[in-house]
Amino acid sequence: MEQTKYLIAGCSHAALSALNSIRMLDQDGSLTLVTKDDHLPYSPTVLPYIVSGQSKPEKVKLRDDEFFAQNKVNFISGAGLSTLDVDNNSVTLQNGQEWQYEKLLLATGAAPAIPPIPGLTDTPYHVLRTMDDAVNLHAALESAKSAVVLGGGLIGMHAAENLIKVGVQVTIVEMRPQVLPGYFDAEAAKIIEQTFIENGVAMRIGNTVVGAAPDGEGAKVSLDSGDEITADLLLVCTGVAPVISYLEDGPVETDQGILVNDCMATNIANIWAAGDVAQAVNFYSGEKSVGGILPAAVEQGRIAGMSMINDPAINPYPGGVPLNTYGFFGNQAISVGVSDENALPKDTEVLLNVNEEEMTYQKILIGEGCLLGISGINTDFDPGIMWQLVLQRVDLEPVKEEFLSNPTDTGRDLMSRTWR
Amino acid sequence: MGHSHNTIAFHQDKCDGCGECMTVCAGAKSGTADTLHSRLKIVPSIAANDSFELALCRQCGDPKCVLNCPSGSLTKNHKTGVVPWDAEKCVDCLLCTVGCAYGGITYNAAAGHVMKCDMCDGDPACVKSCPTGALEYNRSAEIYNNYGELEDLFVPGLAACQGCNSELLIRHTMRKIGSNAVVATPPGCIAGMGTVGFNGKTGSKIPVFHPLLTNTASMLAGAKRYYNRIGRDVTMVALAGDGGTVDAGFQSLSGAAERGEQMLYICVDNEGYMNTGMQRSGSTSFGSWTSTTPVGETLHGKTQDAKNMPVIMMMHNCEYVATASLAFMDDYYEKLDKALAAAKRGMAYLHVYSPCPTGWRIPSESTNEVCRKAVETNFVTLWEFAPDEGLRFTHSTDDPLPVEEYLNLSGKYRHLDDAQLTHIENSVERKVAFLNGFMLATSDDGAESLAQ
Ligand SMILES: Cc1cc2nc3c(=O)[nH]c(=O)nc-3n(C[C@H](O)[C@H](O)[C@H](O)COP(=O)(O)OP(=O)(O)OC[C@H]3O[C@@H](n4cnc5c(N)ncnc54)[C@H](O)[C@@H]3O)c2cc1C
Repeated sequence: MEQTKYLIAGCSHAALSALNSIRMLDQDGSLTLVTKDDHLPYSPTVLPYIVSGQSKPEKVKLRDDEFFAQNKVNFISGAGLSTLDVDNNSVTLQNGQEWQYEKLLLATGAAPAIPPIPGLTDTPYHVLRTMDDAVNLHAALESAKSAVVLGGGLIGMHAAENLIKVGVQVTIVEMRPQVLPGYFDAEAAKIIEQTFIENGVAMRIGNTVVGAAPDGEGAKVSLDSGDEITADLLLVCTGVAPVISYLEDGPVETDQGILVNDCMATNIANIWAAGDVAQAVNFYSGEKSVGGILPAAVEQGRIAGMSMINDPAINPYPGGVPLNTYGFFGNQAISVGVSDENALPKDTEVLLNVNEEEMTYQKILIGEGCLLGISGINTDFDPGIMWQLVLQRVDLEPVKEEFLSNPTDTGRDLMSRTWR
Repeated sequence: MGHSHNTIAFHQDKCDGCGECMTVCAGAKSGTADTLHSRLKIVPSIAANDSFELALCRQCGDPKCVLNCPSGSLTKNHKTGVVPWDAEKCVDCLLCTVGCAYGGITYNAAAGHVMKCDMCDGDPACVKSCPTGALEYNRSAEIYNNYGELEDLFVPGLAACQGCNSELLIRHTMRKIGSNAVVATPPGCIAGMGTVGFNGKTGSKIPVFHPLLTNTASMLAGAKRYYNRIGRDVTMVALAGDGGTVDAGFQSLSGAAERGEQMLYICVDNEGYMNTGMQRSGSTSFGSWTSTTPVGETLHGKTQDAKNMPVIMMMHNCEYVATASLAFMDDYYEKLDKALAAAKRGMAYLHVYSPCPTGWRIPSESTNEVCRKAVETNFVTLWEFAPDEGLRFTHSTDDPLPVEEYLNLSGKYRHLDDAQLTHIENSVERKVAFLNGFMLATSDDGAESLAQ
């Protein structure tokens, strides 16, 4: 059996961020990175640009062999975790190797969740999570003239835009009454939907897919409205689920994802989890929930790494905050924190600024003098600063007037004072 | 790892919000005068009138923008310290801006891309354009890099108190001087922390000896004359405290200076006998608490002013005399260069102010801040003197901060009453006025302005 001090499963944002924290304090301890994919590290977020051809697989690698050599990382790709033996502190990989660890980080991310639509399993469809998915989809575009995208979340919207840009006729079907729920309220979502329509995307919002079937080389989906849509290509983007199959029914506690405390430690000694695979506390509700965004994976990975190395500078995870920067057809939408006041107490202050002509939108939510959320389309504010204002519960009372009229400069002023 | 980088420092107190830096930055980076394209942003402060704050990339050592980038377009260059942005690889997702809590990487809607400071390849345009000196390109990192590569001539694990910067001082100094030297460390903190050694083992890699408190300069003078006689050029260095210099060691030092003995004498002044129980010395400042100038019903700390030792040495017409503070490392290194050259001709004297976290009652992490504030309030002045060139300030004494901003940092001044404060303010002013007068009388610049 092979031995390693640190074993990290996965090589995406959470994993690389943890690696960074560990190497800050321990430059020599043996470190092994194992991943299911047979590629150098890349981000799932960049895949829509591979699909469209705007970027190429070899251009988007996040780390290379030179980095691994310099940082004394033993990188094993194409061999995911297959089982875990916590009594032995060991794992088996899909290539049959056995590894014993002192400390293990599970950063295996998420994978597409396929909805139980009758007929779907017999129908050819694409998903978008891995480099191979993206390369396949890009290849399929050569012959495809039309596509149906199931799901108006971040991934579906990104993919749809990139498809229409290369000349594919696209329909988006979203079951809920708006696109991008959780990041934007209905009004902002409307602006985004409208832009998609103007750019030629067919939007079927509030429609549920009730069946799917093959249609020649392509697919046919039927909606609850009775309509049927046929397309050369079917793309399923209806959500993701944490990759935890290697845990089977073992002792590591899971719910939707792997349950972790505020240092990203699981219930089992020497095992941590971070990123899309983890179910960590939410900043607002205090309940544990799965996240699925890149900045949270980076943050959780950083804390997990610090905890694994016993870094005395560690600060516990403050909780997940919804964050989103979303570019569409040359517009920029940004959302930090809560965007929908309906879920908040009645006395929440709401400042809304919409200019339909210039297509700008901004909403600021303040509760008990603190920023709860800010979202905008084509308005500028620094999301990183807003995130800190939320997390640090900075008292905005003394500067409220200025903040509401100019969140950018006021935020910079507040943060400069804090950090200088 | 282990490499320091130059930085752009912002002196908020000097910024008048003119915005010239933003115009120049936009011009240098985007070829327009529109400040929307500026990589640095000066914003008015809401907390204080006529005061400004800055948003600028800090070129973080562990940058979050880089970890948040999904396309590999942001990296950290550990050589230059800059976090460069590669437009080729960027997919305009803006996730980097989520990672930055400083407003250092921002979306430029006009350009359709993010933008950030790249330090102009080590010659930042904004700094050169700043008319008030609020922006400064701080190069002290180069010093740490260059001297960090030289051999450390002291053993690891010297037992200085936590937060004491004398250790930093002696390690830097001897790295620079090199091994062709003999070091004298009379009784005091520097000897006490183990430089002379323990239990028959030495604490340094070069000849070091422990003279009496009274005869450091005499012994170095004798050693130097011997080396000269046998034709070897060896540098004599004293690393002494203020007790061994200003009080008990004064007679031998004064004599050596008067005779022009060739040596570099460094006085590390922590204003008292700190390693023997914090007794007062001739260098202890007025009002200071020490164990022999206690604070009680009748006494309220020291009742006399400190001797102005560097001025006394200047009056010996030494080859070179200068004051220094470790908050201004680049300044110290320049003076060390000149002092070493002067020590070949005669006496070179450096007086380094060295706050004592233990004896002054200051938190160990704020030693450098105390050093800095001492200079910014004119409590300590940075200057140098050479017989041919006269006296020259190396840090402006114009527009000092109120001296309380310095005094408030140390517990040894906690008890000061108004009368004592006034006394200190007056003596700070008097000392500066004296030096200014001396500068006018001795330096070329000064003589010119006197003639006008
Ligand atoms: C198309 C798309 C667009 C997105 N856009 C955005 C966006 O705009 N903003 C945003 O915040 N987020 C976005 N996301 C989400 C973001 O990419 C994820 O939140 C982030 O990648 C999570 O990082 P992670 O390290 O937790 O997991 P992942 O990135 O999912 O990485 C998991 C890693 O684990 C490996 N692995 C899987 N199974 C195993 C196993 N059994 N053993 C070992 N290794 C295994 C994988 O190979 C991979 O290296 C997007 C995602 C997609 C798919």
